[in-house]
Amino acid sequence: MMEKMIFGRYVPAESVIHRMDPRSKLLIVFLFVCVVFIANNFWTYTLLAIYTFGMVGFSTISPRFLYAGLKPVLWLVIFTLILHVFFTKEGELILDLGLIKIYEEGLRQGIFISLRFFLLILMTSLLTLTTTPIEITDGLENLLNPLKKIKFPVHELALMMSISLRFIPTLMQETDKIMKAQIARGVEFSSGPIKERVQAVVPLLIPLFISSFKRAEELAIAMEARGYRGGEGRTKYRQLSWTSRDTVMIIVLALMSVLLFLLRD
Amino acid sequence: MNKALVSINNVKYKYPGQEVYALSNISFDIFEGEWLAIVGHNGSGKSTLAKLLNGLQFPEEGTIFVDDLKLNEDTVWDVRKKIGMVFQNPDNQFVGTTVKDDVAFGLENHGIPRETMVERVEDSLKKVKMESFLDQEPHHLSGGQKQRVAIAGILALRPDIIILDEATSMLDPRGREEVLETVRKLKNEARITVISITHDLEEAAKADRIIVMNKGELFREGIPEEIFQMEEELIKLGLDIPFPVKMNKQLRQRGIQVSKHYLTEEELVAELWTSYLKT
Repeated sequence: MMEKMIFGRYVPAESVIHRMDPRSKLLIVFLFVCVVFIANNFWTYTLLAIYTFGMVGFSTISPRFLYAGLKPVLWLVIFTLILHVFFTKEGELILDLGLIKIYEEGLRQGIFISLRFFLLILMTSLLTLTTTPIEITDGLENLLNPLKKIKFPVHELALMMSISLRFIPTLMQETDKIMKAQIARGVEFSSGPIKERVQAVVPLLIPLFISSFKRAEELAIAMEARGYRGGEGRTKYRQLSWTSRDTVMIIVLALMSVLLFLLRD
Repeated sequence: MNKALVSINNVKYKYPGQEVYALSNISFDIFEGEWLAIVGHNGSGKSTLAKLLNGLQFPEEGTIFVDDLKLNEDTVWDVRKKIGMVFQNPDNQFVGTTVKDDVAFGLENHGIPRETMVERVEDSLKKVKMESFLDQEPHHLSGGQKQRVAIAGILALRPDIIILDEATSMLDPRGREEVLETVRKLKNEARITVISITHDLEEAAKADRIIVMNKGELFREGIPEEIFQMEEELIKLGLDIPFPVKMNKQLRQRGIQVSKHYLTEEELVAELWTSYLKT
């Protein structure tokens, strides 16, 4: 089940989208989230859909993979659709089945809102699918840099994120090890009544917590020994490079937004 | 001998909230280009000593000079540039998400310009033979490889001294040999002074000089041959003497004379299999 979820997973490839600067991708997703709300009729939604599917096309991520990965979320989209179709009672009545009455406005809104929802999910998944987590971190750090003026701990946050990312696989391995050790001692993780299974998590979490604290302390000492003393006066090894491709992509989105404004009712 | 690179004078240290001194009246010098092993049982104060050398803790009394710099709050950052430390757990000192990011971490901290960083990262990874792992993530590396990356991260800062704080104790025999071989090569080629803190006397046997610590005090100091003469005392301190030394003793008890004290298995074996020819 976890293998199928594509939310937050990175798929390596050499596409145009993959090679974009993480900052421009973040900006585009952010703008897109705002712009989506401009659309309110058939043409504007068509335009948004064309844009989104265009981006998916450029990313060279196979649609079948996307579909398989987004399937669980699709249910949510369909649920939104049904909710709107059944409960919005405006406009002309188009179907009357006695108990269930479907109105024109309900159908229209249902389709639009679920489409909006779907496009948003698609765009944000596209970001994480084509950008490594560390690139996203670097991009965010760079974009949030102006906030340093108001004493917002941008560097610290970015470092926290990158260290968390670095330790996810390590902690996974550790969880696996502890789980095996506890299974060997007779703890059952995958059978028995729910209550017992929840209780079985305790002997898994406590050793994991203790060792994480120990790791954190050792890591802090190691970092200090290597000369870490906060973000001040630090240089960066990983570099972001904004190219004309990024500028073009932003302009395309801006143009589309203008068009959306012109086309909306 | 060469000039003293580090000199420790009458150092005393006690952990906050504890009665017993973790270190008391320690004085010794560390010379340029030597391999010094500091051995001792758990709680003998050997790791505390390492932390003092790198300014992770400051002594209560006494002074430490590193390359003529007196170690204190103001000089600690310069001293840390001269002394690199490799710790015990390979995972808990790997900061970067990839090998090259981790090597660059120390350079970033010291504000080295990016162009220099790129050169130094590649250069130091070459020195530890990890250059083909540039983009690897830490969980795909073995313990020995991670420790070699940690060494590369230190080398990138061009240090004078490397401290191995039990750096091989969590590794399998192959990983241990990999790491020690790398350090030995660096010591010979780059003239780096090595301080290895260990309870593995086999490892210490290959050092130029050994310091034995016990209960926070300097118990004995000498070249490996001298130190291993006092077998009984070492065992009393909870240290396990190396196999060839034990073997020597057993042979002597059975009336087989071995010409000298051997510290490595190879040497001992070489004498034994040729001894029959001589008689």
